[in-house]
Amino acid sequence: MATDGEGLHFDSVLSQFDVKPLFGAGEISFYTPTNVTLWLFLIVVSTVAMLVVGTRGRAIVPNRSQSIAELTYGVVHKMVEDIAGKEALKYFPYIMTLFIFVLLANFLGLLPMAFTVTSHIAVTAVLAFAVFFTVTAIGFIKNGVHFLDLFWVRSAPLAIRPVLAVIEVISYFVRPVSHSIRLAGNMIAGHAVIKVFAAFAGIAAVAPVSIIAVVGMYAFEVLVAGIQAYVFTILTCVYLKDALHPSH
Amino acid sequence: MISLLQDAATHAAEHIQDAGDAAAHGAEAASSGGLPQLNIDAFPNQIFWLVITLVVLYWVLSKIALPRIASVISDRQGAITGDLMAAEEFKQKSKEAEAAYDKALADARSEAQKIVAANRAEIQKELDAAIAHADAEIAARTAESEKRIREIRDSATADAREVARDVTAELVRSFGGNVDQAAVDQAVDNRMKGGLQ
Repeated sequence: MATDGEGLHFDSVLSQFDVKPLFGAGEISFYTPTNVTLWLFLIVVSTVAMLVVGTRGRAIVPNRSQSIAELTYGVVHKMVEDIAGKEALKYFPYIMTLFIFVLLANFLGLLPMAFTVTSHIAVTAVLAFAVFFTVTAIGFIKNGVHFLDLFWVRSAPLAIRPVLAVIEVISYFVRPVSHSIRLAGNMIAGHAVIKVFAAFAGIAAVAPVSIIAVVGMYAFEVLVAGIQAYVFTILTCVYLKDALHPSH
Repeated sequence: MISLLQDAATHAAEHIQDAGDAAAHGAEAASSGGLPQLNIDAFPNQIFWLVITLVVLYWVLSKIALPRIASVISDRQGAITGDLMAAEEFKQKSKEAEAAYDKALADARSEAQKIVAANRAEIQKELDAAIAHADAEIAARTAESEKRIREIRDSATADAREVARDVTAELVRSFGGNVDQAAVDQAVDNRMKGGLQ
């Protein structure tokens, strides 16, 4: 459908998010190589290019690609240390993995014709629940029962502590939901809006406005891609800090 | 323009109709319409590949990339610290060298002053000795000269007296007197007393 070149092409607004088999058509079983597989693979390739190939010189005075790798390393390392403390640095590789994954997924998704892995709630939910369960486990292993102090606000008057405890527990369990939906929602919305504007480019009269709007949105989405990766990581650090130091 | 917009609107209507049909079709096929994100059938596939990707990413980062970057950064830190320490050391050395130079200069200066003082004392001593020697010689010569002057004066007095006696005796003789040598000597001595003073 919509092959006549002119007119509105709204079909791609949502079809850009379709999970499709790479080879042929048909049932998608869990191991089928799909466009998701392809773009996940490209994330790995980009990571290797950026952090492994880029640093192969091991130069004391870094070149550009090594500077990018060191800058990324430095940002996340400093974030973990500043927010979650020095003892959180042993979890730094996990947090770096999350950051690199989300960052590259967001940026690669902005390539024309790309598939945005992080626009899928299935992906972000796995990431968020992985953080949630890991952090909760760390909290109990490190602090034992004292981890529950997180929900018992000692600085508040005794009378309202039970009420606060209920609120704290609810907010704790909502964390993975908001953590995952924030990322996926931002990605879905941005990409959908770009495609909606792009669809109007089929009408000659509004095409210039449409194209300018697409460019503007695209610039905005580049910003959002970076910010959302940063936000996802910084929240992970905050949750980790709560697990390591549960007392208020 | 208006006809163009009308045209576009007609097209749009057709396409929206198409899209609706497609959505309905998709809903039949996938048994879940709307957002592809909510198509639960694709979840196992996404999660499976995601987990593999995360494991591979974690392996690449924790085994290769992060240790390498960490070692590069710490090497750089070490190099910078080493350079700073070396610079500090050189600074210390230069300070020591400056101090040694100053000390050597001061030593040389005081040595020179000592030598100057010693030389001056020596020269003074020689000078004193020479002056003393010269004084002594001058005194000796003065004494000798005085002695000779006295001798000359004495001999002059004696000669004058001799001449006076002879002249007196001759005068007395020429006047035809009889020369009494003793009386003449007496008379000459008496006259010369007070005259040769």
